[in-house]
Amino acid sequence: MSELKTVISDQIKKHGKGRDALMPILQSIVEKNNYLTNENMVEIAKELDISAADVYGTASFYSFLETEERGRYVIRICKSITCDMKGKGKVLRTIQDMLKIKIGETTQNKKFSLLETNCIGLCDQGPAMLINDDFYNHLTPEKVREVLVDYIRNKN
Amino acid sequence: MTKKQLKRVDIILSPYSVSPYQVLINTVKRSKDEVIKEMINSGLRGRGGAGFPTGLKWKLASEQISDEKYIICNADEGEPGTFKDRKILSEVPRKVFSGMAIAGWATNSTKGVVYLRREYKYMVADLEKEIEVFNNKAKEIGLDFSINIFLGAGAYVCGEETALIESMEGKRGEPRNKPPYPIQNGFKGKPTIVGNVETFASASMVCRYGADEYVKFGTNDQHGSKLFSISGDSPKEGVHELELGMSIEDFVHEFGDGDTKAVQVGGVAGFCVPRKHFKTTIIGEGQTTGGATMIFNSTRSMYHVLHNYLDFFVEESCGQCTPCRVGTQQLLKGIEAVKLGEKEPEYLEQLIKLSQTMKVASKCGLGQSVANSFASIVTNFKEEMIY
Ligand SMILES: Cc1cc2nc3c(=O)[nH]c(=O)nc-3n(C[C@H](O)[C@H](O)[C@H](O)COP(=O)(O)O)c2cc1C
Ligand code: SF4
Ligand code: FES
Repeated sequence: MSELKTVISDQIKKHGKGRDALMPILQSIVEKNNYLTNENMVEIAKELDISAADVYGTASFYSFLETEERGRYVIRICKSITCDMKGKGKVLRTIQDMLKIKIGETTQNKKFSLLETNCIGLCDQGPAMLINDDFYNHLTPEKVREVLVDYIRNKN
Repeated sequence: MTKKQLKRVDIILSPYSVSPYQVLINTVKRSKDEVIKEMINSGLRGRGGAGFPTGLKWKLASEQISDEKYIICNADEGEPGTFKDRKILSEVPRKVFSGMAIAGWATNSTKGVVYLRREYKYMVADLEKEIEVFNNKAKEIGLDFSINIFLGAGAYVCGEETALIESMEGKRGEPRNKPPYPIQNGFKGKPTIVGNVETFASASMVCRYGADEYVKFGTNDQHGSKLFSISGDSPKEGVHELELGMSIEDFVHEFGDGDTKAVQVGGVAGFCVPRKHFKTTIIGEGQTTGGATMIFNSTRSMYHVLHNYLDFFVEESCGQCTPCRVGTQQLLKGIEAVKLGEKEPEYLEQLIKLSQTMKVASKCGLGQSVANSFASIVTNFKEEMIY
């Protein structure tokens, strides 16, 4: 069985073959591969016996269900009001300078993608960002540089 | 009006002096009707924003006849400036699960779900451990109720209860028409109570203290304590538990930095209150009950603030209905045009009218509430919109 089929059948075992298995399936594929390909979505549709358009419609609605190729580490920096007030702009520029990518882009080695996001619920600790599932708060240019250097040196 | 002392309370976030599961055990020994009545008498209103009376919601759900019912804890918390539910779930999750279980027992529901926003995935491991403790406890006391987590995937509008249900059903998170309400036709078509994290924790506190004690907190209109997420230009950013019913003046005195020019109450879906109204505005009355308060000092451009809010609404509108989809975009373009001098200042009046139209013509609370912050900022800070 292909890796994808295993992921799908694992989730179907947990959630049944109904449509409510769809979100967990999509999420576990993104967790494994960083994003969903068209082939993935066609395959899921077959397994759940729904149309591929339905799968795509759901996937494209949610900001964490990526349908474009992304790096292994997705940086999501909060751009909502209090993070913005507390200096998100400078932090963002530091990230862009270090990684040489703009918002929406992925580094050539496919290690990092940079995205802006709306409030992530850390407004009292802004500026804040997520890298994959982990959060970083009270960011300054210095602090974000340290965080990224650690990822560049110590994480694959 | 008499000036009310700003009183701090410590009910929800205090450590477990009495085990929330002991509260559950004591409560399920009583009659269901009596507990629902207690909830109604407590005056507790939903803490997710809409402020619907919790006891009434439980009563209506209990009257539904169905082979299955669901209790969903709404932990989608996406409103900019709101982070109290994160704090509750990390510090006192047992109060939440105890409240969910009491709701389940009182309405004959056996399944509970915590809908957790994707951005909080780092909390899942700890929460799952706590949920296991709960599920074992429920078995031990012979209560037919279990809880699991459903992880969202990143969409503010999924905090709206019917969009949340759509999302759990594997669909796009587009709000449904109401009625029917979730208590009639919710998850998988079954009666479903959707309640906020803080609401369930408060419900457990009502059962612990009894309605009579609980109503002693707060003003006539709103009872109990409330968590406020405080952010912005404040030396005391964070979550604070306060009695309902204080004036913004007292609030600013306590939490401002001495130079406060405006306070946003109820998150971006709420109202922006300028300094001249601090004395006469009471926090909690007539606003949304989410408890997000953002403080702006005199260095902040209110044009910039409004622009940031509108960016948020444009992106988070699900696009399903035209007044909201097009309206949010037009408001954003409109304030930009006035700022650039491409439109006359009078155009702002037209934009306010547009926002009022969105209030009546939009399908869900997202589009309906844009007018709150839009009109309050444009009206009170008109110069800043123009120059
Ligand atoms: C756009 C939008 C977003 C919402 N987000 C949330 C949320 O994150 N958490 C929440 O509890 N309620 C949210 N609500 C309110 C819910 O629809 C619902 O009223 C609430 O969960 C009911 O719980 P309560 O009665 O305990 O307040 C939102 C409503 C709208 C219109
Ligand atoms: S008001 Fe906005 S968010 Fe709500 S259903 Fe309409 S388009 Fe979607
Ligand atoms: S505004 Fe950035 S986390 Fe809320």
